[in-house]
Amino acid sequence: MSIEAKSIHRETFVINLGPQHPATHGVLRIKLTMDGEYIDDAEPIIGYGHRMQEKMGENRTYAKFLPNTARMDYVAALFNSQGYVGAVERLAGITVPERAEYIRVITAELNRVASHLLWAGAFLIDLGGFTPLLYTFDDREQILDLLESVTGARLTFCYYRFGGVCNDIDDEFVAGTRQFISRLRSRMPMYHALITKNIIFRKRCEGIGPITADVCRRYGGTGPVLRGAGVAYDVRKAEPYSVYPQFDFNVPVYPEGDCMARYRVRMDEIVESLRIIEQALDKLPAGPVMAEKVPRFLKPPKGECTFTVESARGSFGVRAISDGTDKAYRMKLRSPCFSNLSLFQECSRGMLLADALALLGSLDLVIPDIDR
Amino acid sequence: MTLAELTTRLQTLQGSTVTATDHSKQGVNLDITIASNVIPELARLMSEAKFALEAITGVDWLAEQQIEIVYDFTSYTSGIRVAARTRVSRETPEVATISDVHPGANWHERESHDFFGITFTGHPGLIPLLLPEDADFHPLRKDYGA
Repeated sequence: MSIEAKSIHRETFVINLGPQHPATHGVLRIKLTMDGEYIDDAEPIIGYGHRMQEKMGENRTYAKFLPNTARMDYVAALFNSQGYVGAVERLAGITVPERAEYIRVITAELNRVASHLLWAGAFLIDLGGFTPLLYTFDDREQILDLLESVTGARLTFCYYRFGGVCNDIDDEFVAGTRQFISRLRSRMPMYHALITKNIIFRKRCEGIGPITADVCRRYGGTGPVLRGAGVAYDVRKAEPYSVYPQFDFNVPVYPEGDCMARYRVRMDEIVESLRIIEQALDKLPAGPVMAEKVPRFLKPPKGECTFTVESARGSFGVRAISDGTDKAYRMKLRSPCFSNLSLFQECSRGMLLADALALLGSLDLVIPDIDR
Repeated sequence: MTLAELTTRLQTLQGSTVTATDHSKQGVNLDITIASNVIPELARLMSEAKFALEAITGVDWLAEQQIEIVYDFTSYTSGIRVAARTRVSRETPEVATISDVHPGANWHERESHDFFGITFTGHPGLIPLLLPEDADFHPLRKDYGA
């Protein structure tokens, strides 16, 4: 059929998905131009939760901005803190004691596991399966209890400080974390039986929503989205930070690029994170958890730097510029979800709406992280 | 592409200053300063070298009456990180879009337009992304109140 003949018979209509819709997990609106059940164009419209975090990073002191970092990607809040304190420490030339770096790795990886578990449950709900959420939340709850015991918070952690962490971990936390590791390991076969082998789940995911490595590169897609497209890129390996080089862990990669590949990457990452945590607990050095002589009112010397971490969703980067005062001159926050969502418009073209929702869910978006 | 090869290629760009930086101190491997009219060429070069665009942002240098635009590129294969920067006048901050080469730039440029009022010429739709649709202010300019 020629293009003209096709356009005569085609009638498209526009509908809104969101801003309040269970599948968008936050205030995200997608303007859909539909040709029947098929997507002609899906334009994400963002900014409903925009709070101008970058301005807040520039009009208050470095320490005062710390709690804000946990309120962007609140599902994996520790990574944002890690990126922010990392950038400021780099600017100010602060060396963090090794024990503090170990504690940061342990807590951040616990946060990654919690984030992936939450995602798995929520993704299954998107696909119409309610049961797995109850199991993943049960496990995630254990992590939140552990993190609460050292950070004092369950979600919006403000635990890392310039030069270390504010609270040392105790034997109880170490024992509890070890117990949790063996518990979750024993539960993984159950998850694979419940989710991975489920025929309905497979039919909804296998071959659905393919994202190629080149699409990721052109849009700046990172994290499990990129590794699910066959690229073994992980900031922890590519630009080693903290004490990650001291641990033995794999970067799970699946080349298929479909929703299933992204799911498998995250499930494998849970296992790898548990390995990292276990090694960190085994090798945990003694010593202080805060650097000495970090000034209360930090005034990093004039300069500029970036610091990137591998968050649960991809590369979270901070570009900080200091003009020598107690407030940052510029605080750019690069969020992984922003770039991961920007590829949705291209990738969803021609898909069935129901499949596009699987694709959207598999991107693991946290909207306040996009809007900042 | 190795760091040395990339440096050589970047140095061929008209009027570029390429500085090798210490990753452990700066967080990037290369820092390149370039005239604003060479940006599209730089974008093409980085795309051919299979670099991904991480972010675009501005910096308002009020004292110098200039706006700096910083492009962050990274390679998923070599892990090399490159920051490219250019400066434009604060009165009429204008630079050509690179969204034709790096489609991900589309949103980053809209965001920088929101925050700094930078005009990316040739952009397919430079409408507010994060700010309200009728926003006529640029909050990250240093003379913006609040």
